[in-house]
Amino acid sequence: MRGVQKLAWVEVKLFIREPIALVFAFAFPFFMLFVLAGVFGNDVDPTDEENLRVWRGVGPSDYYVSTYVGLVMASAGLVTLPLRLAAYRDAGVLRRYRAAGVSVPVVLGAQVLVSLGMSVLAAAGIIVSSTLIYDTVLPENWPLVIAGIGLGLLTFSCIGVLLGAILPSARAVQGAGLTLFFVMMMISGSGPPLEVLTSVMRAVSNAMPLTHLNLLVQDAWLGFGWSWWEALITAAFGAASGILAVRFFRWE
Amino acid sequence: MGTGEIFGIIGANGSGKTTTVECLQGLRQRDGGAVSVLGLDPGIQRDALRHRIGSQLQESALPERLKVWEALDLFAALSPRARDWRQLVEEWGLSEKRGTAFSDLSGGQRQRLFVALALVNDPEVVFLDEMTTGLDPSARHAAWDLVRQVRERGTTVVLVTHFMDEAEALCDRIAVFESGQIAAIDSAPALVSRFADQSVVHFSHAGEDLPWLADCPGAQSVARHGTHHTVSGDGPLLAYVGAALVAHGIAPLDLRGERATLEQAFLRIAEHKAGSA
Repeated sequence: MRGVQKLAWVEVKLFIREPIALVFAFAFPFFMLFVLAGVFGNDVDPTDEENLRVWRGVGPSDYYVSTYVGLVMASAGLVTLPLRLAAYRDAGVLRRYRAAGVSVPVVLGAQVLVSLGMSVLAAAGIIVSSTLIYDTVLPENWPLVIAGIGLGLLTFSCIGVLLGAILPSARAVQGAGLTLFFVMMMISGSGPPLEVLTSVMRAVSNAMPLTHLNLLVQDAWLGFGWSWWEALITAAFGAASGILAVRFFRWE
Repeated sequence: MGTGEIFGIIGANGSGKTTTVECLQGLRQRDGGAVSVLGLDPGIQRDALRHRIGSQLQESALPERLKVWEALDLFAALSPRARDWRQLVEEWGLSEKRGTAFSDLSGGQRQRLFVALALVNDPEVVFLDEMTTGLDPSARHAAWDLVRQVRERGTTVVLVTHFMDEAEALCDRIAVFESGQIAAIDSAPALVSRFADQSVVHFSHAGEDLPWLADCPGAQSVARHGTHHTVSGDGPLLAYVGAALVAHGIAPLDLRGERATLEQAFLRIAEHKAGSA
């Protein structure tokens, strides 16, 4: 147990010393927040039915605030976490841990723990900034939002470990992870609203875990209740990734 | 191998040195046969074994921004029976580099850190795989002194190396690997006398053959490339060749004898194997 703690603490320090990790965890979601809030504002015209449909009946900034939290989790799971794991494998760091008798759960556990911690910090930062600067709504139902975010954190941690486990090198992770991240950023609800996507985009969007996570958290945030369907799909992505990750994890 | 010895493993690239030590450390599953380290089977009792051995791995790095003290502190925490790592920092001359990130260390400092990490769990056997590859000569010699110190503290050392002089200088016994098998196993002097019995005498002289050198006691062959003459054979060849040259009125300035070395023995073993294969 002392090993996991120490490893996690060391990883936190390394995370802070690694600019790319900080950029993806903190800069990107905030950048989206400022751009989208600046472009769309938060005004809603109660007579414009089309507008109400696209924005789910709320102001654009209220619509987006929960999706930035999703973006934080996606960046951790698609970029930061797998990049770290793959880079460690490439450099032989994992081999060294293994030779020191560190088990797979300890190595992955420490990485996931740090990833979770950083995501929670970034998510909190986004919520506070959006509320203070743009006066967006706070969650209608805190317990459900927290449950949704918790599920999202677990799911994207599993996806991150899977990508780190199956992709052959850090370079491959950069390619695949970043591509997935940008696709999800654009069509999973954090970019243009889902309602304005073309049918093809919508189909791709439906295959992305972030879309379902965003809907789940957004529903809870805006007081539309808890969608078991979206929760189930999000959890299925996580469970499948987790099982495959453990199955295909390689030390070197 | 025996307790407290420095056991060397030499062999060509791809001859199975690293694979073998990886099996010994339980880092790789063997295809067959039996392996016993400290009375344990590394394939089965991996965890029990790992806490009693130290590993300085070939081609294995640390996170770039990890500092020296953090690495030692971390690996000490990961081991159930760690020594005080502060003492290791002193012993391995890393005090001034305590706060330096791994990526900013020189090759020699990295190797010293790796050996220090291999010793942090106070192992009974430590595996050093090509620890001096990439080091400059003074760093290599410093590393050799450190290996001797490790042994003096009672730790058995398994040393995989490409360098014959390293094996000759450090190892009590040496296993020569060839195509995944141990071709020979003995002390360095014994290997040399068994496989590299020849000594060679070199000197320069005007471009004419000197066939009478073949009459020197022990001489087996005489050869000339331009002005460079060589006489190969065994016994005290240098003395006889010198005497014969002087008797013929020749006194070359560069007359020198080359004693058989481990390198020759190694090459001979490799040739022998290639010939029989």
